[in-house]
Amino acid sequence: MNLVNIFIKAIFIENMIFAYFLGMCSYLAVSKTVKTAVGLGAAVIFVLVVTVPVNYLLENYVLKQGALSWLGADFAEVDLSFLAFIMFIAVVAAIVQLVEMVVEKFAPALYGALGIFLPLIAVNCSILGGALFMQERQYSTIVEASSFALGSGVGWFLAIVAIAAIREKIRYSDVPAPLRGLGITFIITGLMGIAFMAFMGIKI
Amino acid sequence: MSTETAAPAKPAEGLFSKKNRKLITDPLNDNNPITVQVLGICSALAITVKLENALVMSASVMAVLIAGNMIISALRNLIPGRIRIIAQLVIAAGLVTLVDIILKAYVYDVSKQVGVYVGLIITNCILMGRYEAFAMGNKVWPSALDGLGNSLGYAWILVAVAFFRELFGNGSLMGMRIIPESFYAVNGGGYFNNNMMILPPMALVIVGIIIWIQRSRNTKLIEQA
Repeated sequence: MNLVNIFIKAIFIENMIFAYFLGMCSYLAVSKTVKTAVGLGAAVIFVLVVTVPVNYLLENYVLKQGALSWLGADFAEVDLSFLAFIMFIAVVAAIVQLVEMVVEKFAPALYGALGIFLPLIAVNCSILGGALFMQERQYSTIVEASSFALGSGVGWFLAIVAIAAIREKIRYSDVPAPLRGLGITFIITGLMGIAFMAFMGIKI
Repeated sequence: MSTETAAPAKPAEGLFSKKNRKLITDPLNDNNPITVQVLGICSALAITVKLENALVMSASVMAVLIAGNMIISALRNLIPGRIRIIAQLVIAAGLVTLVDIILKAYVYDVSKQVGVYVGLIITNCILMGRYEAFAMGNKVWPSALDGLGNSLGYAWILVAVAFFRELFGNGSLMGMRIIPESFYAVNGGGYFNNNMMILPPMALVIVGIIIWIQRSRNTKLIEQA
């Protein structure tokens, strides 16, 4: 039950975009059409689900204070948590590189569709953000952390597909010229964020 | 993302020649990292509830951007093209770790509130964007100026958003009360804080309005539909 709770909470209540603004850069840049938005959203879900558990293991068996105690009593006091940023981003960058190579080899069509987005995911804040929130919230098992990762990814996917659909329709509207494009997208995202706040306070 | 590639400065050029000055002034308006290049939005919005946090965040980004730009520009001929992203990330991560430790040591309260967003400076697209677009192809001094200009462009948007959010959301600036207590309804006045301003979505709307104002004054930035 707890797993479902974490999953739903990560999608709606703690949505990466609407509550924390993580991954806004690619969210704004790649949301012009629904098709590309779906591609990027899927890639983000995938990379989050792979990187968060790996970083969870890293955090709990290498970096945290006392995490190295499996090496022997001498290491029980070692605290490497100041290395967290470098380790997390290195893991993310390496996994993204791996994923890119695997996709290129085994699914060339998907690779063509994702194109430039895959390498860009390495610098998508929502991926590193997922790892840092995982560290901050101290999930007790790796399954919980994975459930959180999947939920965050799905939440991000929903947000980018929704804004892409709205942007496709808004082309037919008469938006004031200075607000066209970026400006109106910001304001719509704000309004969607307000709508998503309706989920706040829900206990599952 | 910007595609500019400034030609390398000539040796005889002064430190603050016209071209170098342009590196600082351009990102303030015509090529603003937030409202035009659309970089670094994530952190810009999340920490603008209070002016103080916005200032600390701007200073951190400024330090990381200038230092990183200079380091990468100095190493630009040594970094192999294929692994440049990872090299840039590692340099950024190292600098951000330093900033994080310094913040924890000297302004612990703010560091607590800014939280994960300091770590997220690493993936702040301004960093990668400027490292990739500018520092990889330019000398050290112009890169430092480019870093300064872009972080100032980032800072003024942050400060503007935080100014309105703190003033209307809390009635204070930098933690000091601006709207007198006696105006409030509990003390017999008719004034209420606008609690909407403290909530995350209003940051987006305020940035949207800033973009609107900026583009109506600077019409060449208007996007063609």
